[in-house]
Amino acid sequence: MPKDGGIGASTKRREDVRFLTGKGRYTADITLRGQTYAWFLRSEVAHGKINSINTTAAKAMPGVLAIMTGEDFAKMGGNPAGWLIQSRGGETMKEPKRPVLAHGKVRHVGDAYAIVVAETLEQARDAATAIEADITELPAVVDMAKAVANPANRVHDEIENNVCFDWGWIEDNRAAVDAAFKAAPHVTTLELVNNRLAPNAMEPRASIGDYDSGTGDYKLYTTSQNPHLSRLLIAAFVMGIPENKLTVIAPDVGGGFGSKIYHYGEEAAVLAASKAINRPVKWVADRSESFLSDAHGRDHVTKIELALDKNGTFLALRTETLANVGAYLSNFATVTPTFLHGTLMAGPYKTPLVYVNVKAVFTNTAPVDAYRGAGRPEATYSIERVVDKAARELGLDPWELRRRNLITKDMFPYTTPVGLAYDTGNYQATLDKLIEISDKKGFEKRAAESAKKGKLRGLGLSTWIEACGIAPSNLVGQLGARVGLYDAATVRVNATGNISVMVGAHSHGQGHETVFAQIVSDKLGVPASSVEIVHGDTSKIPFGMGTYGSRSLAVCGSAMIKAMDKIIAKGKKIAAHMLEAPEADIDFDDGAFMAKGTNKKLTFGEVAFSAYVPHNYPLATLEPGLEETAFYDPANFTYPAGAYACEVEVDPGTGRVEIASFTCADDFGTVMNPMIVRGQVHGGVAQGIGQALLEQAVYDNNGQLLSGSYMDYAMPRADDLPNFTVDHSCVTPCTHNPLGAKGCGEAGAIGSPPAVVNAVIDALHRAGHTHIAHIDMPLTPSRVWSAMQK
Amino acid sequence: MNDALQQQILIAEHPQKKNDPSNGSGAVDERDREKRMAKVTMTVNGKSVSGEVEGRTLLSSFLREGLGLTGTHVGCDTSQCGACVVHVDGVAAKACSVLAMDVAGSTVTTIEAMHNPDGSLGVVQQAFQDHHGLQCGFCTPGMVMTAAALLAETPKPTEHEVRHALEGNICRCTGYHNIVKAVMAASGQPVSAE
Repeated sequence: MPKDGGIGASTKRREDVRFLTGKGRYTADITLRGQTYAWFLRSEVAHGKINSINTTAAKAMPGVLAIMTGEDFAKMGGNPAGWLIQSRGGETMKEPKRPVLAHGKVRHVGDAYAIVVAETLEQARDAATAIEADITELPAVVDMAKAVANPANRVHDEIENNVCFDWGWIEDNRAAVDAAFKAAPHVTTLELVNNRLAPNAMEPRASIGDYDSGTGDYKLYTTSQNPHLSRLLIAAFVMGIPENKLTVIAPDVGGGFGSKIYHYGEEAAVLAASKAINRPVKWVADRSESFLSDAHGRDHVTKIELALDKNGTFLALRTETLANVGAYLSNFATVTPTFLHGTLMAGPYKTPLVYVNVKAVFTNTAPVDAYRGAGRPEATYSIERVVDKAARELGLDPWELRRRNLITKDMFPYTTPVGLAYDTGNYQATLDKLIEISDKKGFEKRAAESAKKGKLRGLGLSTWIEACGIAPSNLVGQLGARVGLYDAATVRVNATGNISVMVGAHSHGQGHETVFAQIVSDKLGVPASSVEIVHGDTSKIPFGMGTYGSRSLAVCGSAMIKAMDKIIAKGKKIAAHMLEAPEADIDFDDGAFMAKGTNKKLTFGEVAFSAYVPHNYPLATLEPGLEETAFYDPANFTYPAGAYACEVEVDPGTGRVEIASFTCADDFGTVMNPMIVRGQVHGGVAQGIGQALLEQAVYDNNGQLLSGSYMDYAMPRADDLPNFTVDHSCVTPCTHNPLGAKGCGEAGAIGSPPAVVNAVIDALHRAGHTHIAHIDMPLTPSRVWSAMQK
Repeated sequence: MNDALQQQILIAEHPQKKNDPSNGSGAVDERDREKRMAKVTMTVNGKSVSGEVEGRTLLSSFLREGLGLTGTHVGCDTSQCGACVVHVDGVAAKACSVLAMDVAGSTVTTIEAMHNPDGSLGVVQQAFQDHHGLQCGFCTPGMVMTAAALLAETPKPTEHEVRHALEGNICRCTGYHNIVKAVMAASGQPVSAE
């Protein structure tokens, strides 16, 4: 296959044409005949008892068609957590009902308790102001430490101390870990905060409910990363309607980063409202609603300890974390701080003993769930910060300390003490590549240049690993997952030889329409332009689990390969009949079926045509048609890894940090489209730099979100970021999927925050501020400057 | 912006700040609003268009809901994200912060008119595709419109000038690296392949 279209080519994205010409079709762009508009009334207090909601006056307002409150949804089911976690004592986690609309109590600012539907959006908003809600404000539970310590103040009345679960991983290893710490020559301890973030996909969430009273069918257009999962949750758990009476369509979706994995109450509410008024009901969040009601990310408070011997060999690692889950359990809220976080605590290192404890805490804040990286950035940040601190305490070079402890390439497959089996990798190679491409040798010279400008230059490193390609269903089932995590693809070869591929993965920026077509082109030897990728509509695609956790290529891409293997196998049978040769003698190569030892040959198109016009065809033994579906359940996680270097310049007069350079050396396994992979790393690193320097979702003591708009929440902008140097030439292909692919979507957001913070600490230490062991993210000028004054 | 306009935007954005509607009956309220309806005429993408709008109707709503030009996106409610940038009389403007009535008689250009006459991608659009300057596509129309306005004013910007000009457009996907490259390439200046 020529490299302009197959695997490994930087093929330009076909989806760009519609996005660049204003022809993208996002949910908010869709207008249905007879469409009405919804507005959600949301709590202005963090915690309150709903005494009454009087909608009489509002219902009489112009254009109002329906008003529904939590009461109207009380008989529906709750929106479930996708993963059941057991506490270390064996108790099952607390799972309070998450209703469609708040009922009885409101539990965070932005908690929706009524939906108003009217002819126009303005009428719906106007009517919402006429709803008289009598809500008694209750004390808000905001700070996690206080939430755990104060049994009287409860987010959910039935949950004492607001603890969802108290998880230990691996509990059986705890005594050995503790013993290792007691005997250790050196212990480095660090307490840190992994700051709470608002995901902020640029497209706000939106949903249109469309009920057809003629058929009893529901249709939902929504901003989802996984329409089949949403359909399952809505039909089976929340609304109690047959799954086959609901179609979920996630059309063009403007970014997700995790926040659009989950089912949200607004989706069920617009469906129910549509049925009630027998017209389509459309809701589009404004940005304020997104800040208040989208699932947030991170929000951990962690104590991490690393035990080392005098040479810097890691002996044991131990962490205690409070993880905020907010007011209700969002769908992946319980797995994110546990199995996506605790199992990563070995990092890329040989640390023989690891123990992780996580208490998940309910608070009167928006739900917290997976956000780009999901648990793995939290793990990586904790590890990479404590390793850096240990190096300073022992007087070792942080680069050399890491190198001494990295798992070496001869150790794979490598089983960690926290339950993962890394199949392959070469962490020294990415570290060496980083040293080369970041020009580490030239750092001192650059530092001197910075000093001439009055700036403090620092160099920070992180070596990271992640587990993605989520995930083997039998394994995750044993660990509490309530779903399988396979994916699926249907390859339909049309009679005229072009190909439609229906996939369970969903593209919302990743470029699947281009990359998946490259893979099909490569495998079947047909032009990529004759391959169409179909995604996002449950009435068209097989049941797949969608896109998150850097899984699309490793899992759904593998399903595509399996389906194409079936296509080729059937094609060989057809070709054998047509070429009058034994099936075993038919080879398939570069888009042609050939009979061994002859010059007889059929093109892919000829075989496809024969399958649909089966005049010369083995009808007695073979069905007509050429369409195959495959489900692929991964045998293991995939383990992308890499090394990142950040150089910063700190202004000692203001504490302002500027990123001078950022360099990434990654191993993503086999790369399909280098251009897209580089773009994914850029975006991930930008979000990581945002976390490190700029972003924080801040609640005050009353549970009011202080950073609830772009006026207050500092999104990274073009002039906050540098150009990035990225490299993915170190390749150890994944050993257990047919593409050798590992995934690249989250890497940048995982590896970058500790590199930035390590660089700032380095700059400050070089300038003599050796008392500064740590500064919590975001490293705002105020925080950095204040630390320097002590 | 005068106080009355400011107040209208506040009302549109924050209905709870509106005067208590229970002061009058719903019917009176509706008639008040009817009175505020007005016809506006402007040139959009080279065609003269008219529509009935309320005083509080934003240009972004008029384009999207009134004219079906959904390429102009709305990504925030504080005039910060820039997904809604269009050109009004040749100047980049955030359509979410302009009242439709205020641009009556003006010439408005949206992303839907940025292609070449033969239908192929325009220079800026093509540079964005060539350099992977977009991922989810949501901020893209605003980015293209801002970049085009910059290049009209500053045909050969420095990279620093590009980053500064894009400061009012937020992209969550790309980290801006490839957007900056695309704008530099659209200006005819050399950029690295990666």
